[in-house]
Amino acid sequence: MMTMDFLNSHVLSFSIWLPILAGVMVLLLGSDNKPNFTRWLALAFGLLAFAVTLPLYTHFNYADGGFQFQELARWIPAFNVNYHLGVDGIAAPLILLTSFTTVIVVIAAWEVITKNIAQYMAAFLIMSGLMIGVFSALDGLLYYVFWEAMLIPMFLVIGIWGGENRVYATIKFFLYTLLGSLLMLVAFIYLYHQTGSFEIADYYQLPLPLTAQILIFMAFFMAFAVKIPMWPVHTWLPDAHVEAPTGGSVILAAIMLKLGGYSFLRFAMPIAPDAAHYLSGFMITLSLIAIVYIALVALVQKDMKKLIAYSSISHMGFVTLGFFLFSQLGLEGAIVQMISHGFISAAMFLCVGVLYDRMHSRQIADYGGVVNTMPIFAAFAVLFAMANSGLPATSGFVGEFMVILAAVKYNFWVGFLAATTLIFGAAYSLWMVKRVFYGDIANSHVAELKDINKRELLILSVLALMVIGFGVYPQPLTEFTHATAAQFLSHMAISKLPVAGL
Amino acid sequence: MEYIKTDLITALPELTVLCMAMFILLLDLFIKPKNRIVIYVLAQFTLLAAAYFTVSTYNPSVGYAFSNMFVDDPLADVLKLMTYLGTSMMLVYTRQYMQQRGMFRGEYYAMVLFSMLGMMIMISGQSMLTIYMGLELLSLCLYSLVAFDRDNARATEAAMKYFVLGALASGMLLYGMSMIYGMTGSLNITEISSVLLETNPKNPVLILGLVFIVAGLAFKFGAVPFQMWVPDVYQGAPTSITMLIGSVPKFAAFAITIRLLAQGLYPLAIDWQDMLLIMAVLSIAIGNITAIAQTNLKRMLAYSTISHIGFLLFGLMSANLNGFASSMFYITAYVLMTLAGFGMILLLSRQGFEAENLDDLKGLNQRSPWAAFLMLITMFSMAGVPPTLGFYAKFTVLQAALQAGFLWAVVFAVLMAAIGAFYYLRIVKLMYFDAPKDNSAISAPTDMQLVLSVNAVALLLLGIMPQTLMQICGVAISLSLQ
Repeated sequence: MMTMDFLNSHVLSFSIWLPILAGVMVLLLGSDNKPNFTRWLALAFGLLAFAVTLPLYTHFNYADGGFQFQELARWIPAFNVNYHLGVDGIAAPLILLTSFTTVIVVIAAWEVITKNIAQYMAAFLIMSGLMIGVFSALDGLLYYVFWEAMLIPMFLVIGIWGGENRVYATIKFFLYTLLGSLLMLVAFIYLYHQTGSFEIADYYQLPLPLTAQILIFMAFFMAFAVKIPMWPVHTWLPDAHVEAPTGGSVILAAIMLKLGGYSFLRFAMPIAPDAAHYLSGFMITLSLIAIVYIALVALVQKDMKKLIAYSSISHMGFVTLGFFLFSQLGLEGAIVQMISHGFISAAMFLCVGVLYDRMHSRQIADYGGVVNTMPIFAAFAVLFAMANSGLPATSGFVGEFMVILAAVKYNFWVGFLAATTLIFGAAYSLWMVKRVFYGDIANSHVAELKDINKRELLILSVLALMVIGFGVYPQPLTEFTHATAAQFLSHMAISKLPVAGL
Repeated sequence: MEYIKTDLITALPELTVLCMAMFILLLDLFIKPKNRIVIYVLAQFTLLAAAYFTVSTYNPSVGYAFSNMFVDDPLADVLKLMTYLGTSMMLVYTRQYMQQRGMFRGEYYAMVLFSMLGMMIMISGQSMLTIYMGLELLSLCLYSLVAFDRDNARATEAAMKYFVLGALASGMLLYGMSMIYGMTGSLNITEISSVLLETNPKNPVLILGLVFIVAGLAFKFGAVPFQMWVPDVYQGAPTSITMLIGSVPKFAAFAITIRLLAQGLYPLAIDWQDMLLIMAVLSIAIGNITAIAQTNLKRMLAYSTISHIGFLLFGLMSANLNGFASSMFYITAYVLMTLAGFGMILLLSRQGFEAENLDDLKGLNQRSPWAAFLMLITMFSMAGVPPTLGFYAKFTVLQAALQAGFLWAVVFAVLMAAIGAFYYLRIVKLMYFDAPKDNSAISAPTDMQLVLSVNAVALLLLGIMPQTLMQICGVAISLSLQ
């Protein structure tokens, strides 16, 4: 009884620390000499870590738009830093997505990763804990520590298990992100000196003149825009995706990009609401460039992973667009889009991984007619490509449709430009499918392909279920976010400029 | 008679170290080479005894001795304890290295103890004379230690360079002190500050004196533009001595900076703040950018030191208790990181082989995952990436500087920190992403492996729980500088 209470009141701490400790255990116990033991151990821990996050779904109070599952303890009293955790309707689904994706990544690595298995599995488990920490931290410095710490395992994952040009890609990834983050640190320190604490709740209440708000917003923008990534600071992403092992790409696309989006809602916008309104035209412009221009860039890619990477940037443009329309529909659509993109991009990268494991090539030109030798796999791949292009009855449709509706309401031409994605998205996704899967068998390598095994079937089926499930019945997602989005918008509507004469 | 007794008790740790150092020097004449381990044990015992006396005579108030030339305040006690700890770790790391290179001699230990005595006197210096005396004792020991491997041409050259430039710096410091003495009529730190508060601090001679003092201090720290000796000495000296030069003496340098600038010349803060700002910004820029071009690990760490000193100055130039405490925290973190970094070089070196090139780290993860992991923590800590101690060190000094209003300097510093991250990442890259160049097993005494592990893991654990160390620094500063 006591233990149950303890578990229930520390759901978030368990969600963070269990995978981190599990990662350490895997490092200590696992080795390349006993690969299967290491894999099963990692899977068991992954499932356990997923299980401890489930109360976030079962015990979530949908009517409450504030922070739930809160935990508060003193951490560094010298600077008034607290170990303060809590989630709202935006963070909770993202945490579930994180722990879920980690299990998928562990299974996806099963026979693929053969060197340093323990380190690989441990890196993903630890990363999962750190990312959940980012989603649940309600203290600025705690958040920052998690935010930067997760770079270390990702840096190693790309660098150790990545492709040929991995060193360049991973160092670029690290330095880009670090540079943006350090400016965010300066903003946090500034806010600390203004309020005397690192509590996010205190920052929400702090009145700030417009210049200060704009500077703070830009400092946060540097950190988050790199992470999302927004045009023009997106260039690290295609490199990182192409060179990363499949698991790394999946986590990058499914979770890490969402960290940037989530952080806009948690920090940049509510702390500097006037600056957010003031700069909304700028942000919408950048989002539209991402949606249209990057989609065109995706169209001409020859490398499948690069194509999906550009498609991710384009889809994340929808997320930022939805944020800066300041409407309930747009905001909820953006959040749904984040979750949905988590499933779809993960599935797309896993599909490329399936092909790459067999052919050791990501070039579209090396394929053709795969459907003849891998019919089951082709069915899945086509489904995910459809979802990626926003086909109704897949989760990809719901978020995009909501954002487009909100955009049309905001301004017809913004909506119009955003809606072009339905054409471009379909064009680059389906054209790739056509070239890879249909037509005659292109070469002898394709002729020798074997269809997916049970393990791959399991992963892809689960993801397909999610993609179709949320496409047909998106209710659970919007239920999560509804109250939080409403509260967020009412906060954003109140100016934080100091009242003159006070 | 009574006050002599108090004086002696106040300086008990110093007296212990002095007596033991001389005893070791004598003992070495009568001891057989194969029994020389006794001397090592004695040196460690000396540190333990000094620590015991420092702790047992601790009291939270400020006490003076030897006609106010010597101060015993919490700041001195804490810094001395850290010095013992650092020296002790350094002795553990260097034992095998010295044995394998025929430098495992009594003079080494006596010299290390004498140099530590110099540091202790600097830390407790309440008069400019005491400070200078301690500094010279330290410097002379270090000059000769650099040349300890006397048949090594590069080491001798480094020692010569160090000596000439170091003597110049001492001269500048002394010249500055004489001007301050001329204008205030006192050598005592407290008296200087009270005289300055009463008189006009805008006197040009005072400012000139201040310039010389700051230049002398900058020389000892290795801050730009007085950094020229650092890379050459770091590279030329035997690694064990580089480790010594790079680590604990920084505590003493920090202490005399606090004594001279934060206590004695505090009324001139507005003038020295600007000087420190320029040096800080230049040190961070030149240190970080030049480090990228290095292929020698020791040289790279030398430039890394220069940039760390720049960050340290960010705390000092804030000129308030918050800033001094954060600088103290920074210097502690820096010494721990330096010990771990050079400890790793010593770990990878063996008979006839110096692991001092970056390429020697290649594929370390395959040779020894644990060693690679320790170096990984150290490198990320030096780069200031959370959750390591190095992050909090940077965080504390930057918040102090921001509080003091140096917004753009802080922004510049963080941009440079991102550039600096590159060369630390390169080390991680070599260890984890590249194939090993040689596959020889890593052999080191158990005690060294153990201490090195504790040292590097501490960088991580103190990063997760930094509160205690922050508090120690904060309390030591606020009790000593009222």
